Amino acid sequence: MSSTLKYSLGPVQYCWEKPQVESFYQAVAASDIELVYLGEVVCSRRRQLKFNDYLDIAHQLKDAGKQVVLSTLTLVEARSELAELKKIVDNGEFMVEANDMAVVQLAHEQGLPFVAGPDINQYNLQTLQFLHRCGMQRFVMPVELSANWLKQVLQHKETLGFEAEVVGYGHLPLAHSARCFTARNMGLAKDQCDTVCSRHPSGLLLETQEGQSLLRLNGIQTQSAACTDLQDFREEMTDLGVDWYRISPLGPESLDYAMALIRGEHAPRPELACNGYWLGQPGMNNLSA
Amino acid sequence: MELLCPAGNLASLKTAINAGADAIYLGLKDDTNARSFAGLNFTPAKLAEAARYTHSQGRKIFLTLNTFPKPGEEGRWYRAVDLAAQAEVDALIVADISLLEYASNRYPHIPLHLSVQASATSAKALQFYKQAFNIERAVLPRVLSMKQVRDLAKEQVVDLEVFAFGSLCIMAEGRCHLSSWVTGQSPNTGGSCSPAKYVRWQECGNERHTRLNEVLIDKSSLDEQMGYPVVCKGRYCTKQEQQGSFLLESPTSLNTLSLLPELHQAGIASLKIEGRQRSPAYVEQVTRVWRQAIDTLLNNPQEFNVRRDWDQALAKVSEGQITTLGAYERAWQ
Repeated sequence: MSSTLKYSLGPVQYCWEKPQVESFYQAVAASDIELVYLGEVVCSRRRQLKFNDYLDIAHQLKDAGKQVVLSTLTLVEARSELAELKKIVDNGEFMVEANDMAVVQLAHEQGLPFVAGPDINQYNLQTLQFLHRCGMQRFVMPVELSANWLKQVLQHKETLGFEAEVVGYGHLPLAHSARCFTARNMGLAKDQCDTVCSRHPSGLLLETQEGQSLLRLNGIQTQSAACTDLQDFREEMTDLGVDWYRISPLGPESLDYAMALIRGEHAPRPELACNGYWLGQPGMNNLSA
Repeated sequence: MELLCPAGNLASLKTAINAGADAIYLGLKDDTNARSFAGLNFTPAKLAEAARYTHSQGRKIFLTLNTFPKPGEEGRWYRAVDLAAQAEVDALIVADISLLEYASNRYPHIPLHLSVQASATSAKALQFYKQAFNIERAVLPRVLSMKQVRDLAKEQVVDLEVFAFGSLCIMAEGRCHLSSWVTGQSPNTGGSCSPAKYVRWQECGNERHTRLNEVLIDKSSLDEQMGYPVVCKGRYCTKQEQQGSFLLESPTSLNTLSLLPELHQAGIASLKIEGRQRSPAYVEQVTRVWRQAIDTLLNNPQEFNVRRDWDQALAKVSEGQITTLGAYERAWQ
């Protein structure tokens, strides 16, 4: 049905210090990953890297032969954030990934193509087609949807005119709030947070009172405690017409995972894995393929 | 400034109107709305009856269609729009792009209110829906501070409706997957948050364990007043802190009575009371207090003070009996 599945690298969800981000993307540049999403998607208070820093990295990745997409904020609250988003959309060179309808509008106003990220509410084919008419070139399936959902939506994939991407690996973004849970947990007010989330470069694990790992706090974002791993379903994805398998990075080791899959090998399994959403079940479930 | 009240059945609707609601919102008895609970909501015939009654009392009625049509089952959502048109409702509250498209093409005369589940929090997002579907109003997610609400109102893209009172969603609505993470069903996909069939209470000695799809989300004493169990209001531990505590939010309700003058001054068009799943007694109590508060304010905006008996009356029906200003207040964030 479709050609082979390709691999993309999602934006870094966590607050990493600048040298760590730069060395991470140097390794990305040297890898065989074709498509890289780049930018701050969680909190505008994180200023470790500024717009121009991201643009520099984007150019390095482009020079290394990558397709680069600038990813954008998921929850937009302040006018200053809109101004920053407009600057990203107007960069004149790289396509953007919209994670909020504000960016869909900004791109649409300029007649620019965009990727609809996993936090855009796109729950049926008619919505995808509407977004496509607004300039959407590719969509990332919302993380709570399944293989069966894709089967229905991609029935006539070749006629749709846009690509499909699935988050295949990583901690899943489950919710976003006005409240910063990390700052609150450290006893800090959001306005004086000192980007304390940088002390939790892979989030802060929450367990139930029975010791079950459930969630992961990442600033204003709540993630799944478990790491989704859909490597066993790649053949099914190809059959369904999925174009891109997204790896949402947890750290430099996520590049090893990506490289293993690109080489056609099995990648190491996450310690705590989940795949329930893909199977149409509670997201936290983990069943064998 | 409109007072918009919830109705899960005809009794609640009549109670709300009697207590002074300007408008009522309700949903059909299926998964086309995010309060799809057994024993709740309206059949097509009841919807028609509700609309006739509401109009006979000179009030307005809005149908909530705030879930996302499922592939292959879109017809159920389209039929709901058709039913609403036949019942001559005064507005549709819609979140999904395809459904907004259907309604605006078929029934351009029916006002569209952008549901909170569409998660539009900025002028640009509102402009998208205004230009694409000519929405008249938007319901703001409970993630904006009072200043951000004021800034957004100044842009005058569309009329704004805010949550004034009720159960507090602490996540950007319409983009929260916590319920489906644990149960497989979320407001977007299954029509409710924490579906009742997954909730189980267990008494263990002098403790009550609250489980959602067998995941222990809370432990409480037997006499503790509990809210409806949802993932974001559970008690959890970290590696550093082994004592279970409310690390996201405790069971509190939103109460913005003290913000009423500011909301009025900002030009907010409508104040929404949450709680279609609540009893007629709740609807009665809350509507009556808010009617009095709004009338008091409009009579003499300079002299407005929250009366103690209002707060006491609202606290009685609040989840966990604690109320908060939520994200409206920067310190909460």
